[in-house]
Amino acid sequence: MTGPSHEVLRDIHRRMVRIRLFEEAAGRLSEEGRIPGFIHLYVGQEAVAAGVCAALRDDDQVSSTHRGHGHLVAKGGDLARMMAELMGKATGYCGGKGGSMHVSDLDLNMLGANGIVGGGVPIAVGAGFANKYRANGAVSVAFFGDGATNIGAFHEAANMAATLELGVLFVCENNEYAEFTPRDLTMAITDVVERAAAYGMPGTIVDGMDPVAVFEATAAAADRARAGGGPSFIECKTYRFYNHHGVQTLGMKYRSDEEVEEWRGKDPVPRHEDLMVEVGAMTPDGIEAVRAEIAAEVEAAIEFGDQSPMPDPDDLLANVYSDPAGRRPL
Amino acid sequence: MAELTYLKAFNQGLRQMMDADGDIFVVGEDVGRKGGVFGSFAGLFEEFGELRMVDTPIAEQAIVGLGIGAAVCGLRPVVDLMFMDFVLVAMDQLANQAAKLKYMFGGTARLPVTITTNGGAGLSAGAQHSQSLETMLCHVPGLKVVMPSTPHDMKGLLVSCLRDDNPTVLVKHKRMFGVKGEVPPELYEVPIGEACVVRPGADVTVVAYSRMVPESLKAADSLAADGIDCEVIDLRSVQPIDTETVVVSARKTNRIVVVHESVRFAGLGAEIAAQVSEHAFDYLDAPVARVAAPFTPVPFSPALESRYVPDAPRIAAQIRATLDRA
Repeated sequence: MTGPSHEVLRDIHRRMVRIRLFEEAAGRLSEEGRIPGFIHLYVGQEAVAAGVCAALRDDDQVSSTHRGHGHLVAKGGDLARMMAELMGKATGYCGGKGGSMHVSDLDLNMLGANGIVGGGVPIAVGAGFANKYRANGAVSVAFFGDGATNIGAFHEAANMAATLELGVLFVCENNEYAEFTPRDLTMAITDVVERAAAYGMPGTIVDGMDPVAVFEATAAAADRARAGGGPSFIECKTYRFYNHHGVQTLGMKYRSDEEVEEWRGKDPVPRHEDLMVEVGAMTPDGIEAVRAEIAAEVEAAIEFGDQSPMPDPDDLLANVYSDPAGRRPL
Repeated sequence: MAELTYLKAFNQGLRQMMDADGDIFVVGEDVGRKGGVFGSFAGLFEEFGELRMVDTPIAEQAIVGLGIGAAVCGLRPVVDLMFMDFVLVAMDQLANQAAKLKYMFGGTARLPVTITTNGGAGLSAGAQHSQSLETMLCHVPGLKVVMPSTPHDMKGLLVSCLRDDNPTVLVKHKRMFGVKGEVPPELYEVPIGEACVVRPGADVTVVAYSRMVPESLKAADSLAADGIDCEVIDLRSVQPIDTETVVVSARKTNRIVVVHESVRFAGLGAEIAAQVSEHAFDYLDAPVARVAAPFTPVPFSPALESRYVPDAPRIAAQIRATLDRA
């Protein structure tokens, strides 16, 4: 089989482990009350963000969701600035004004996590339009969950992208639950990808616990988009290991422990590590070294967040509007 | 100086700005090939082509979202929502996304999106094509809202909106499209947030915007015969409001009548009354009065609609009542 190069496998791995260790730490800190508000952890879904982003160029944009940490990490996000933002610190990505649900790094073309389900999808279409306008060959990616495909914004955006022939990748992370309600109670179809056909765009289903499958589907869709072939839909069958928000895993009314254990058995991180060892992309020692390095990065991020000051309350009103000095000259 | 209609002034300002700035494009329903359902965009498709005059599906959320995404990526979209009523269809993208991204992202985003739309009653367009919803937009931090009442201000405010790095909403009044006035041929700005004293006076101040400005001027003319000297302020921008111009006038005339076409309850009249009482309470000789639409959807029948929309006689009657307060 000809798969991605060993370098790509290692790249995907690094992205997944950065997400996993960051999220596990964020969950701990949230439990300890060191992160205010609530957080939606990405643990379990790492193969999607990592597989997609490893197949993108740096100038490709992504829009994200309320479960958005993974997308920013996979795009190359700075863990220290992320952790500081989750803690509400002045040094965070958004100066403490965004928090978990609005982390963003426009320099990395990560257009923000988004607290409104489906809200980021039209924005990705706008990025796709800007790429077409500038003929820059970039593509944009809209990450969204199965639940978001029930909201109007998704359908409007999908139709818009298809009609205007924009290079947008619609990446559905189907984790089987819209918050606490199972998919079969919220849609009358089994595969979300069926919705793509209604907009005249090709769709594919991939194992969302297999980052290589996600990578390959993304690369194909991105190639197609860059060649002017318009949008595509990729449904990634995946699962969130923790609760909709917070860190509870088992003993939840809306899904059985057996189901959770079954999906945890498909954990994308060890699965990918096994693959790398098998094909000779990395040794177990090498993997351990990467994990140790990233664990240290996460520890440093926590330390950075802890040491950082809270925002100055006098900055409350800053950035509601842009500085007039930034206006276009006449 | 050339005379242009309210609508042609919009068209001219947009054309000149699109000539000057290649990042400006227009997106919306029927804006391209059709030139806009009211002709706002006439000729622009022929001049700028389909990449810059983008016809879209009827999908207001996606239209506004397209503008947001393109703006975050450095373009300067003009997003047209055919009727102001349709703003409500796009409210998530407008209020939860466009208005907040800059703040939520700690200032890193620029959102130079100009929303253009057509508001106002008086055409028997019924309850879903006639509303004045500016108060809802004014309540959302992050948005700016302008409502010109003359061809001159239409062009100048449009230029200001297009140059602004914030999401702005420019509301044209559907009954003013054919109104003519002098418009400088060159590009110029009317600053957002600056009101204009369109008629100086000593006895009472009328604060209005959009089509209620010419109605208020008509009322002022009718009262002049009786020796009543009205000052009329055109707010021009309703977010932000030029509090200073209103307060200075209140301290001078000691009486304020606010006129708007949106419904009276929790309308801008309430905000202006509050601001005047905060800043000029001791100068007032009468309560701040409001002339506004009643708390009902806009009716269809001309007989009902003419009762709904404030007009010069009603404004004049309120001015007299305000002056009659001892």
